[in-house]
Amino acid sequence: MKSTVRARVVGRLATMGPGFGFLIVFLAVPLALVLSYTVFRRGRFGGVVYEATGENFTRLIDPLYLDVVIGSVKLATITTLLALLLAYPTAYMIARLPAKWKVIALVAVVLPFWTNFLIRTYAWIVLLNSEGLVNSGLDALGLGKLELLYSDGAIVAGLLYAYLPLMILPLYSAIERLDPQLREASSNLGARPIRTFWSVTLPLSLPGVLTGCVFVFVPSLGNFVIPELLGGGRRIMVGNLIRDQFLKARDWPFGSVLALSVIGVLVLLLFAQAWASRRVGRDA
Amino acid sequence: MRRNRKQGNGWLRLPFWLTYVFLYVPIGVVVLMSFNRNKSPYAWGGFSLRWYGQLFGNEKIREGLINTLIVAFGATVLSTVLGTLLAVGLARYNKSRLLDALSTMPAILPDLVLAIGLLIFYAAVKMTLGLHSVLIAHTVFGMAFVTAVVRARLNHADTSMEEASRDLGATPVTTFMRITLPTLAPGILAGALLAFTLSIDEFVIAFFTAAPTQPTLPIVIYSMVRFGVTPEINALATLLLAVSFTVVIAAQRMTKLTEALS
Repeated sequence: MKSTVRARVVGRLATMGPGFGFLIVFLAVPLALVLSYTVFRRGRFGGVVYEATGENFTRLIDPLYLDVVIGSVKLATITTLLALLLAYPTAYMIARLPAKWKVIALVAVVLPFWTNFLIRTYAWIVLLNSEGLVNSGLDALGLGKLELLYSDGAIVAGLLYAYLPLMILPLYSAIERLDPQLREASSNLGARPIRTFWSVTLPLSLPGVLTGCVFVFVPSLGNFVIPELLGGGRRIMVGNLIRDQFLKARDWPFGSVLALSVIGVLVLLLFAQAWASRRVGRDA
Repeated sequence: MRRNRKQGNGWLRLPFWLTYVFLYVPIGVVVLMSFNRNKSPYAWGGFSLRWYGQLFGNEKIREGLINTLIVAFGATVLSTVLGTLLAVGLARYNKSRLLDALSTMPAILPDLVLAIGLLIFYAAVKMTLGLHSVLIAHTVFGMAFVTAVVRARLNHADTSMEEASRDLGATPVTTFMRITLPTLAPGILAGALLAFTLSIDEFVIAFFTAAPTQPTLPIVIYSMVRFGVTPEINALATLLLAVSFTVVIAAQRMTKLTEALS
């Protein structure tokens, strides 16, 4: 009896020990450091001076930074809504495809996501540039050229392009799991397709919707490459602000506060998602 | 299909196809442009491979590629070993949701947060930055993906072989090497391939944790894209797309990748 207990302990340590050891040192400790840096004064060349202060947090409501936060939330929200609008019908269609086509359609969604993120952003510079494909097309139609690149629109296009697959996948698995009998029951009881969608399909797929929103909204907030390359640096988003605190302004505590607020948004959304899953689980 | 139309779902086809057009037209244009003879990267001037030729002569890109490959191989080996063991351990022993969450956290955490966390950590322990610091960082999230893919395979795995092996008196290590590993092999290989592509393409964390003298390929690309567009980038982009596509399709064939990630 005692030896089996020992074997289990050894088994645990041999399998999970190295992995969790690594994660504790290189994930948990770094995150704890970010958390602790939020309450200290900045060092002159990066790092911190170990004097407690609440200053870093009050700077968040400085109008200068508040504008950045509000602007980022706005663009990330638009991106998330557009992704939802495009992804929901797509995921719904994929879920109803025959098995063979389903796999192909899903792989086709995932493929761009696994390619180089810079390349995918660069593709939009090629498309939207004043000499690019879109402008050449507009010119040929006699509509003249538009300033497409270096705008909020270009940023949203880039963010949507980067994260759309992350909206489609969770939606697909949520819709796939739905019991088709519920839809049938609804329509047999005389509900029109729109009514069935609003009162059966959508509420039951809400956990998937929220997962997708987490996967699109949070990285959109924290992205600094797309605002820089497609926004031309005109629009500063939270991601840019964080990058600058660490690599330019050398204000690590304020950068940590900003990073912490991104994590805060992430945790909040994950809680909403867990709440929605539980609710659906109870109803079903 | 006829039934769909009757239910009034025909209009769903528009956003469905729009999604795929949206996903593939931009990268398609880049691929097309990479074969463009024209110096201007934005207008067509006939088929040519000249930019590929120039690409191979580019010193900076070659250096970046070598750095990237060193990091990617190291991170792949490390995250595959750690991730596989972790997946087996979690499947067998773990009932704690906290540990589950910790194992998947690097995949959900925004890359920028992990990047600054590690930057602070390296500074705090006074570790000099270099390829090793990027390698460690890439292992952190590579491992999460390996763990997820291997675990998905474990959930479908038949445990009777392992039980039989134990009943016949094999030691746990023998059972692990001769039964568990071979059963999991496709999942492990798929996870390793994913960790490899992730590392090759990863920019944000490398940007924060690499030494300025040893940039990885994505960092080189970033500075190229930032300081002007050259047709060479189209060629490089096409090659990278080809590598990622091949690897991901290979991984997909080995395991039900989409299932593990959704």
